[in-house]
Amino acid sequence: MRVHVDSEKCQGHNRCYALAPELFDVDEFGSSVVIGDGVVAPALEDKARLAVANCPEFAITVSDDA
Amino acid sequence: MTGPAGPDRCAGATDPHDAADPADPPSIFGPVADWATDFDHADPSYNPNAHAIWADLRQRCPVAHTDRYHGAWLPTTHELVSQIAYDTEHYTSRSVVVSTSTILAQAPVGAAPPISSDPPFHHHARRLLLPPFAPKRIEPWEDDVRALCDSLLDEIEAGLTDASGVVDAATQYAQHIPINVIARMLGFPPEDADTFRGFVHDVLEGVNVDPEERMERFRRLDEYIDVQLQDHRANPRDDLTSFLLEATIFDRPLTHEHVRGSIILLLLAGIDTTWSAIGSSLWHLAGHPDDLARLHGEPELWPSAIEEFLRFYAPVTMARLVAQDHELAGCPLKTDEWVLVPFPAANVDPAAFDRADEVLIDRQENRHAAFGLGIHRCLGSNLARLEVRVAVQQFVARFPRFELTDPDAVRWSVGQIRGPRRLPVRIMPTVPARRV
Repeated sequence: MRVHVDSEKCQGHNRCYALAPELFDVDEFGSSVVIGDGVVAPALEDKARLAVANCPEFAITVSDDA
Repeated sequence: MTGPAGPDRCAGATDPHDAADPADPPSIFGPVADWATDFDHADPSYNPNAHAIWADLRQRCPVAHTDRYHGAWLPTTHELVSQIAYDTEHYTSRSVVVSTSTILAQAPVGAAPPISSDPPFHHHARRLLLPPFAPKRIEPWEDDVRALCDSLLDEIEAGLTDASGVVDAATQYAQHIPINVIARMLGFPPEDADTFRGFVHDVLEGVNVDPEERMERFRRLDEYIDVQLQDHRANPRDDLTSFLLEATIFDRPLTHEHVRGSIILLLLAGIDTTWSAIGSSLWHLAGHPDDLARLHGEPELWPSAIEEFLRFYAPVTMARLVAQDHELAGCPLKTDEWVLVPFPAANVDPAAFDRADEVLIDRQENRHAAFGLGIHRCLGSNLARLEVRVAVQQFVARFPRFELTDPDAVRWSVGQIRGPRRLPVRIMPTVPARRV
């Protein structure tokens, strides 16, 4: 599993950073950025799904290409 | 878990005359005849009954209208609210508070940038203010916020001398937290807290008074801010006011009006809103001992509980002005009419949320729009979340059991910011810890 942030959609609600700080960081403007290559360790897959399910802007997605 | 025994169940319990500030001139409008065709979001019966009004309107017509305020629209579905929030072409933000005033501010800057700004200017005014409110700049405030909450709780506890054990969680606690924090961030005298509260009331609640009276109140606010700006120009320091005075856009200093407008935004936007969110959360817990007990037993639920309180009791309805004639869901919107953007109504739309009318403190999927959607996402959301979480947790830690004394004694705000303004709760005795 791999997480993605659509930087056009992200408005800095910071829900992903709060729910899954292992996977997402924030820049100095409060916009979300994926940590590293975005590959999700199996133990963190639930947190990745939680981040997707709590983004008000639908800016976060997961894919199976990892 | 049950839905909240909310203010909606006490329809009619609120006496509009009781809710109004006695110092206020009366509304220039009469009572509401029909919420679909003559709504008034600043009628004192609106906020206490908001959930029921929105549910009714969603069934009857998704966009209500009123001739008040020179014409205003009120959509109630998540779909329409988000459509408006994302559409900066048909809707301008040059004023975001529906009132009787003639709006003199011009797009794209507006009177209080960036909240009142439209693209492309909006981007620059907002980018300036994003860093001081980004998560890593706000996190260090947590200890200060906790210390402030604890000192308020110390005072409340010391005053709990009479047998009734009643405290007002709104006026003795919730309202002081955002005022003190923002005064410190701006570098304003903390002893002016009552003055700030007066300004907030004038701008956000005194919306349906005589337009001349409203203009006079804004003049007083401008004068106050000008004095603070003068002081900061003479004595620059490490705070948001000095930061704005030194800031530039396109290598030019901001205009005096821009700085003053942004300061007014920062001062006012975080006070009523955060106060409301803290108060509503405590109001919920006072009326739902099952949720309160569950949070004591399962503290890991706090994060989802706070988000659920923010969803269900979202305090902020924004507004736009129609920028060009067009249709919305078949309704003919005319240029310069108001459109309310009720994020709180979107948050309880059953088309967007499962069990939308229930407060589920363990809700896992929660894409609520309490802080708005799109380019105007609340600039202070990280600070607001911090204040709400710490304030509610500290209150509950200090007073593990509390209940509403009399639901009818709760008073709700008037206008676009929704929350309890008087919230008497009885602190219940707890078994004292045995001394070892």
